[in-house]
Amino acid sequence: MKNRLKVLRAERDWSQSDLADRLDVSRQSVNAIETGRYDPSLPLAFRIAELFGLAIEDIFTSPLAPS
Amino acid sequence: MSRSRAIRRYNSTVIILCLLYAAFLMTAIYAFNHQLVSGPLAVVVAILPALPIIGVFAAMGRYLVEETDEYIRMLTARQSFYATGFALSVATIWGFLESFEIVGHVESFYIAVLWFGGLGVGSCINTLTMRRAV
Repeated sequence: MKNRLKVLRAERDWSQSDLADRLDVSRQSVNAIETGRYDPSLPLAFRIAELFGLAIEDIFTSPLAPS
Repeated sequence: MSRSRAIRRYNSTVIILCLLYAAFLMTAIYAFNHQLVSGPLAVVVAILPALPIIGVFAAMGRYLVEETDEYIRMLTARQSFYATGFALSVATIWGFLESFEIVGHVESFYIAVLWFGGLGVGSCINTLTMRRAV
């Protein structure tokens, strides 16, 4: 699933490790989500959205959305 | 996040179980070589080395329950499925080869060894597939 995680992270000057610490997950998890290799569960997606103060759909692109 | 509490607990549990396995195995070999046990006690002593190995399976199960990082938990679960499929497949093939007298008999506890080897296979498959699925 495409997402804006890398951009949002860069805007805050956070490394993957910084974001991982804030989300209480591993750096591999952040990397896998950021590169679209892993789709987070709904609870984790909510945690990510709350951390950035955005709605889930502002971060993750629906796979059904027209490209 | 540094290494999770769950993986640290799993690692320390496995180390203790490995030490117990070595101790129980040496005890059992010594007891049987010197004919110190018979009857029901022999059954108990023979089963002793199996218990820490069963403990490792249980430790893996507990790790999967306790791991809070869902991505790492998913990878480990996949690794376990590959290990199970690998061990059961090799055991099934070997069983038929053995029953048609093409190969010799192998003790069934080697299925556990295959499963541990299968974790390595699962790890390789995880690395290859997760790298490719970008």
